Amino acid sequence: MKMQFKIYRYNPDVDAKPYMQDIEVELEPSDKKLLDALVRLKTVDDSLSFRRSCREGVCGSDAMNINGKNGLACVTDIVSLKQPVEIRPLPGLPVIRDLIVDMTQFFKQYNSIKPYVINDTPPPSHERLQSPKDREELDGLYECILCACCSTSCPSFWWNPDKFVGPAGLLAAYRFIADTRDTAINERLDNLEDPYRLFRCHSIMNCVDVCPKHLNPTKAIGKIKELMVKRIA
Amino acid sequence: MVNVAKRQFDAVIVGAGGAGMRAALQLSEAGIKTAVLSKVFPTRSHTVAAQGGISAALGNVQEDKWEWHMYDTVKGSDWLGDQDAIEFMCKTAPEAIIELEHFGMPFDRVDSGRIYQRPFGGHTANFGEKPVQRACAAADRTGHALLHTLYQRNVRANTQFFVEWMALDLIRDADGDVVGVTALEMETGEVYIIHAKAVLFATGGAGRIYAASTNAFINTGDGIGMSARAGIPLEDMEFWQFHPTGVAGAGVLITEGVRGEGGILLNANGERFMERYAPTLKDLAPRDFVSRCMALEVLEGRGAGKNKDHVLLKLDHLGPEVINHRLPSIREIAIKFAGVDPIKEPIPVIPTCHYQMGGIPTNYKGEVMVPKGGEPEVRVNGFYAAGECACASVHGANRLGTNSLLDLVVFGKSAGDSMIDFIKRERPVHKPLPANAADFSLSRIARLDAQTGGEEVAQVRTAIQTVIQSRAGVFRNSANMALGVTEIKAVAERVKHTQTKDKSKVWNTARMEALETDNLIEVAMATMISAENRKESRGAHSHDDFTKRDDENWMKHTLFYSEGSRIDYKPVHTKPLTVDYIPPKERTF
Repeated sequence: MKMQFKIYRYNPDVDAKPYMQDIEVELEPSDKKLLDALVRLKTVDDSLSFRRSCREGVCGSDAMNINGKNGLACVTDIVSLKQPVEIRPLPGLPVIRDLIVDMTQFFKQYNSIKPYVINDTPPPSHERLQSPKDREELDGLYECILCACCSTSCPSFWWNPDKFVGPAGLLAAYRFIADTRDTAINERLDNLEDPYRLFRCHSIMNCVDVCPKHLNPTKAIGKIKELMVKRIA
Repeated sequence: MVNVAKRQFDAVIVGAGGAGMRAALQLSEAGIKTAVLSKVFPTRSHTVAAQGGISAALGNVQEDKWEWHMYDTVKGSDWLGDQDAIEFMCKTAPEAIIELEHFGMPFDRVDSGRIYQRPFGGHTANFGEKPVQRACAAADRTGHALLHTLYQRNVRANTQFFVEWMALDLIRDADGDVVGVTALEMETGEVYIIHAKAVLFATGGAGRIYAASTNAFINTGDGIGMSARAGIPLEDMEFWQFHPTGVAGAGVLITEGVRGEGGILLNANGERFMERYAPTLKDLAPRDFVSRCMALEVLEGRGAGKNKDHVLLKLDHLGPEVINHRLPSIREIAIKFAGVDPIKEPIPVIPTCHYQMGGIPTNYKGEVMVPKGGEPEVRVNGFYAAGECACASVHGANRLGTNSLLDLVVFGKSAGDSMIDFIKRERPVHKPLPANAADFSLSRIARLDAQTGGEEVAQVRTAIQTVIQSRAGVFRNSANMALGVTEIKAVAERVKHTQTKDKSKVWNTARMEALETDNLIEVAMATMISAENRKESRGAHSHDDFTKRDDENWMKHTLFYSEGSRIDYKPVHTKPLTVDYIPPKERTF
């Protein structure tokens, strides 16, 4: 079976500007996912550059814009795609080469929410205890793979990537707020109390629509906003 | 000589998976100037794909003791593991897990508020008497939870990461001491010398030498290849773990935790065949054993499916609640990669290459140890290894499930401590770099830049994988392995002439894949030649012409030297640190 692509190409060493390349590849029967097809395509043109690693949707390397929607190539079924498949790098971030974007800003925002448990009381010799119910509060939050599908589908993040934390970072922020072992809720809310950092989220919900792990950053952001309101009250 | 940019640190860590990041944390928190090089962003490292758990005799659910954990690990290793290292790991395990919890790792909990533990293959109470719940779990995403927690903790410690830098070669001086690495910055294509007092390799495994593997694309044995090229011998590379439950056809991992939660293996007749082979542990016997039983079922015509080429993993009887709560990712993987919903249907599975037991020889402190001047184990000054790329040796001839994540944090930390000690006490100032420090790496890149008329990288890589898959599988025999040695040597010649069409500098992934293939072939050669050489059956090395374990002649570690493909040996450590030696006996389950 032949598969047709329209792929965004840009190699700063060679190309004056980006262009869309029409290219096709003969697939093998074992090629099931879009990533399989891209790997196959790379045997035709070894200059095609993209990130990939686990090929099972858990490392977050191969996020890209597939027929207009962000997703992971490794968990996208070839048969689900309308051809020619249009592949572009994640929108809104600087392109380094082909499908490889510069994710510095994305990780900077993630780091800005202090993504670690803060608890200054000396830990006991055993676990810090947490009930199964309290632990369940972290479900739907901790599973994020930092692929950036969400933040790069968010218009607020496109406009203010330096000021708005973005859905991935805010999901992480709430993951630590919701953790009963964390004692820095106030500090975390202070950190987000800003016209941009949190409040640029306008509940457009593109993030929810594209998350390959079926997480819901909008809901987490809503909960942070609720806590802000409660705090003022 | 070309002028190569240099950077200087006290410590350099290559690899930012579980072992590399645990070591990095130790060094950063001690105020040591440390650089962590990783060819992927840290949370993309393959630790992220570990599913079922991390073992420690916490006794949160049932009575457990680290001595039982040690016994299981020694027996699991088929008595090839070093008992001092095994004691160290099992005894340290509880504090290592509690530390991860204090770091914020989101473990599942039991009603008492303590960490949830599930049964796993080969985990027993009272020296093999009955299964015990020892695997500490975060649903079926334990590796993800662990890796992200370690990354987060390193953010807090301000660790300096060099993200998307690929280490190329180890730099050793005239004394044989390690004084740094060369590395390629992928975004610019520039080569750098990273000058250091101590270097840690935490580069992970090399499962990509097999055609069917649970391993990520990045698992190309870079640390193994760099070590081999620098004259470091490789230990026990014949021992590769086949995980019983890779998704048939896709290779993606299905955790042993499925069987820990009560899942069972069925043949085409619907028979729970593991009851026949392992009356006590049944489906939870160690992986080498279960994989062989599955392969036998298929060989004897009881395989399932239209080609009778796999067996079935049934878990629908656990009910949707257990599956959705304890095994949510497994359900997702089964739906996406096997096209079945395990709430309703069994998952087609097949033994799949999963883990490299061998690696760079170290002691339990993470120090790299090699034969020198008649001594079997002499420290290579400045060189450390931890995690899957290292061989401590705690896994011996077969690793127990969940001991891999434990290995990462225990030996990542101990290697970090050893490095701190070495830097402070023995190496207050940097040793000078040799004059030609980057020449070898530059010549490898120059060769690729100039190469015309060579073979494509993908083609040669496939040739490596085809040989290893067919000659170093679950069942091995003399004739087949001898063929494998001849074939892999021929492929090694082809690797020298690989060609990339892309000669550009910025993010040239074709070039990176060519450089990775240089590492893969080192691993493949070590694997094939060490396997052909071992004339016994032990752990994962199952030899049809020598079907018994031969402790008299073969209870020893293989050491393979790349130069001249030379084999040497070193003794197994039979003296634990404080407890009595666990003497060999027959392995039944």
